[in-house]
Amino acid sequence: MTDYSTIDFGPLVALAGDDEVVTHSFVRDIRLASGKTLALVTLDNGRDHTRPNTLGAASLLEYAEVLDALKVRAAAGEIDAVAVTGKPFILAAGADLSKVAEIPDQETAKKFVQLGHYALAKLSDVGVPSFAFTNGLALGGGLEIGLHADYRTVDASAPALALPEVFLGLIPGWGGATILPNLIGIENALKVVIENPLKQNRTLKAQDAFELGLADAIFPAVNYLEDSLKWADAVINGTIKVKRPNEPGKLERLAKWDIAIKIARDTLAKRIGTVPQAPYAALDLMKAAKSGTRAEGFQREDEVLAELIAGDQLQASIYSFNLVQKRTKRPASAPDKAIAKKVTKVGVLGAGYMASQLALLFVRRLRVPVVITDIDQARVDKGVAYIAGEIDALLGKGRISPDEANRLKALVTGTTDKADFADCDWVIEAVFEELEIKQAVFAEVEQFISPEAVLATNTSSLSVEQIGAKLAHPERLVGFHFFTPVALMPLIEVVKTSHTDEATLSTAMVTARNLKKNAVITADTPGFVVNRLLAVLLGEAMKAVDEGTSFETVDKAIAPLGLPMAPSALLDLVGLKVGAHVLDTHHAAFPDRFYRSENLHKLAEYGTLLEKDDKGKVKGFDKGALKIVAGGKNPRTAEEILVALEDGLAREVKLMLDDSVVAAPEDIDLCMILGAGFPFQMGGVTPYLDRVGASERVFGGTFHTPPVRGVGA
Amino acid sequence: MYWNTRADDLVVKAIVGLLERNPNVPKDRIDDVAIAATTQTGDQGLTLGRTAAILAGLPKTVPGFSIDRMCAGAMTAAAMVSGSIGYGMYDFAIAGGVEHMGHHPMGSGVDPNPRFLSERLVGEDALVMGATAERIHDRFPQLTKERSDRFALASQQKTAAAYAAGKIQQDLVSVAIRTEQGWGLATHDEVMRPETTLEGLAALKTPFRPHGRVTAGNASGLNDGATAALLASGDAAKEFGLAPKMKLVSFAFAGVDPEIMGIGPIPATEKALRKAGLSIDDIDLFEMNEAFAVQVLSFMDHYGIDDEDPRINPWGGAIAVGHPLASSGVRLMNQLASQFAERPELRYGITSMCVGLGQGGTMIWENPNFDKKAKKRA
Repeated sequence: MTDYSTIDFGPLVALAGDDEVVTHSFVRDIRLASGKTLALVTLDNGRDHTRPNTLGAASLLEYAEVLDALKVRAAAGEIDAVAVTGKPFILAAGADLSKVAEIPDQETAKKFVQLGHYALAKLSDVGVPSFAFTNGLALGGGLEIGLHADYRTVDASAPALALPEVFLGLIPGWGGATILPNLIGIENALKVVIENPLKQNRTLKAQDAFELGLADAIFPAVNYLEDSLKWADAVINGTIKVKRPNEPGKLERLAKWDIAIKIARDTLAKRIGTVPQAPYAALDLMKAAKSGTRAEGFQREDEVLAELIAGDQLQASIYSFNLVQKRTKRPASAPDKAIAKKVTKVGVLGAGYMASQLALLFVRRLRVPVVITDIDQARVDKGVAYIAGEIDALLGKGRISPDEANRLKALVTGTTDKADFADCDWVIEAVFEELEIKQAVFAEVEQFISPEAVLATNTSSLSVEQIGAKLAHPERLVGFHFFTPVALMPLIEVVKTSHTDEATLSTAMVTARNLKKNAVITADTPGFVVNRLLAVLLGEAMKAVDEGTSFETVDKAIAPLGLPMAPSALLDLVGLKVGAHVLDTHHAAFPDRFYRSENLHKLAEYGTLLEKDDKGKVKGFDKGALKIVAGGKNPRTAEEILVALEDGLAREVKLMLDDSVVAAPEDIDLCMILGAGFPFQMGGVTPYLDRVGASERVFGGTFHTPPVRGVGA
Repeated sequence: MYWNTRADDLVVKAIVGLLERNPNVPKDRIDDVAIAATTQTGDQGLTLGRTAAILAGLPKTVPGFSIDRMCAGAMTAAAMVSGSIGYGMYDFAIAGGVEHMGHHPMGSGVDPNPRFLSERLVGEDALVMGATAERIHDRFPQLTKERSDRFALASQQKTAAAYAAGKIQQDLVSVAIRTEQGWGLATHDEVMRPETTLEGLAALKTPFRPHGRVTAGNASGLNDGATAALLASGDAAKEFGLAPKMKLVSFAFAGVDPEIMGIGPIPATEKALRKAGLSIDDIDLFEMNEAFAVQVLSFMDHYGIDDEDPRINPWGGAIAVGHPLASSGVRLMNQLASQFAERPELRYGITSMCVGLGQGGTMIWENPNFDKKAKKRA
């Protein structure tokens, strides 16, 4: 087994230099009521709660030193127990990943992983009972600190406990993958390590963590530390016997363990495909954790985690994470928030499904009056009734209170008289996707509203500037493109025309934020970002099909991108008609680059692509559909199709950047991650295109300098 | 030690400790929470009784309010909710107090009306408590500095003895504290000085007057603390099987000249005795707040009680453990109740304290464990 004490961790500290915000390990002796002495280690980086404790090299070495000293004191009989807790609200948010992009080689990566094991494992070998008092946030390595303790308590108000590593392209490799399944059972551990991270990085509340077995006791925040100390005293003195009902027994190991892993593996493959490495690596580690010693498990963790850290997917994931966490907070090219106009009443032109969805979102998030309109009272009434029904549904699920439901319903009104829009300061249209209609509704409503009111269009395929061609004040028009389902999808493409003024743009950006969406500013070019790149993808797919390649081969060809769904499933989801329309629009705009598929129109006419059972589960391709697309004479191989697609994407992204459709490749990636569900481990799309050589093939360069990639295995 | 601990958190922890000790009391039956603080701003502001109730996890249906009579804040809270119980309006109430004198030094943020001085409504010493104590020495020359120092020394010694015998700790609530060495746990009073000597006391400065008599040694310490007590009607106590520690007999507050506020307990006690139909001879135990040694001695002289009479503060007092103004009234009650529990020969006891701007407060309590035979044996 690895003797961690013989490893020289000095280079890691040198690598971090002065940049590491060191989490110190302070110690105070606590005299317990029984007269026993507990040495309480407090992790504290000296900053407030907005900068949680993190574990970098210097932090881990200090922690290790402190535990070494406590071991000596324990042997001398000076202390009877050791406990670790954190500064207010936070135990620790995990490993300090700020230097991960700068790790020079796999050997250094491995050392960093080993340092974690070296330090954290000391808590289980301190010579007296050890405790972790999880007083607040405990993520990743922060949670793993506690896994090495003999006993754990949790503060009932702790906002989040989780092992989010898999979400980031890592694995819980400081004991998590090895200790957790042996503590709370394999199924619970799978939930914490695999399932939750892949559900938009879901975390556990304290009570859930306690019920899973991540803590032996839970105490309310008001007296958390006092109660934990009292409880520890009772545990040391034997008056409390800790029971762990979820701890796996022999039967679970024999009968359940491998099956649970297999089920998880199959589910994963179905849900996210086999491209992402981290979840499968975690599965392998947890499978192996069924037997053998902790030390063996830790050594396996060292190997696997070091490889992941040095690999491409982690670097891309960190890149994506920073985009989603940081770039969304300061959108590129966004004007000063201060010049945004106040939105105190919203008008929605249209009362159909999309319009009602928008009205519901605006009233829920902005809590201002929302008025909807349509060509006749019946449509208006239907829209208002639909919104009221949705609000009642939220009430029924307990998501909002009765008072809140009343408030929201009272804010929504319908009218056929556009004069009721007079005092709206934000008017958004969601009428039929046809230029003349959109022009007409805006021109009509402009007679009634103030010249400062902002007009927004939810168009996905038309020119925003042309939509405003008949406006007296085109400077207050902005594109505001949602993705369906509106309530769930986190992206809005905010489209700036050549007329859009700064105040309007600022209002749109602030409004997007108030709707709890992330906004990316794009130019007024066909398809903006997401649809334009999806059109490349669908076009390449349909082209291959039309040429005689089977749908299966096409789906397989595109699988290495690790997209949330295959092209056929995407077509099924957005609808064949919409798919055909998207290809048409882009073909019309850029006929030499975008493919238009006559077969797709025929399929749309026919209406079905996939054969499904009663429950909607896909069984295969519809035979009629296959007949429609049959007849191509030049099938291509999966490899050829993939290269063509990669090149197509690289070419289109490069053109978009050259045309300043968005400010930077990062914004393209942000759009694809948030608007089309492109995976983190691909970095959206541009890091992937650099990595596979598409950028080099198409324009002899890379989108990123240096490219976002690992240091290699 | 509480520098990084909020005042409201202190009183919240006192309330939680109180409820833990009385698990039979249904929380939703508590009719009010009265919390005292002298300086009701910042972490002692925002209607402490209500905020502390919410923070302590009481149901939102339980109301609360803040109350202030400076040093007698918690005593006043206890008296006022007792009145409400006596009138049949309340079944259960919590009374307590807090003073974080580190966060809120005495006199911070006060803005006395200029008329106090321009119309000579009060003497200029009235707002300086040490100066009012010097005035007691002036009025009663027989109360010498030496007597005060001896009383102070005894207080330190009695408290140390009570601590050593484990008598105080049962009423304490441990509080986690944040320090530069990480989290710690406060488990006992911080300011006690059991090593005190008469010589040491004699050498201390007299900050209120040159060659004066009042020193830091024969006055109470300025510190941080909080208390909480549960008061209940007899019926409610019976309904939930509670064992009362004390039964309230009477209470009274009274005023004196503000510039000699320390004699306030005398008229307050007179009044309380009269209401109870008792005489001073009926009182078996006195828990006097030791704001200043001289001020307790003036009370004892008035009633002809010897300086070393064992009925006065047998477990020491504020000179040893400090006097976080508005919280002290309930500490006196706790100390009296603990002695009632172990001494059934005691029938009546009083808690009494002087109050700024010339006031005194006294509560007379009866020992539910009183046993005539024990009294005869004693």
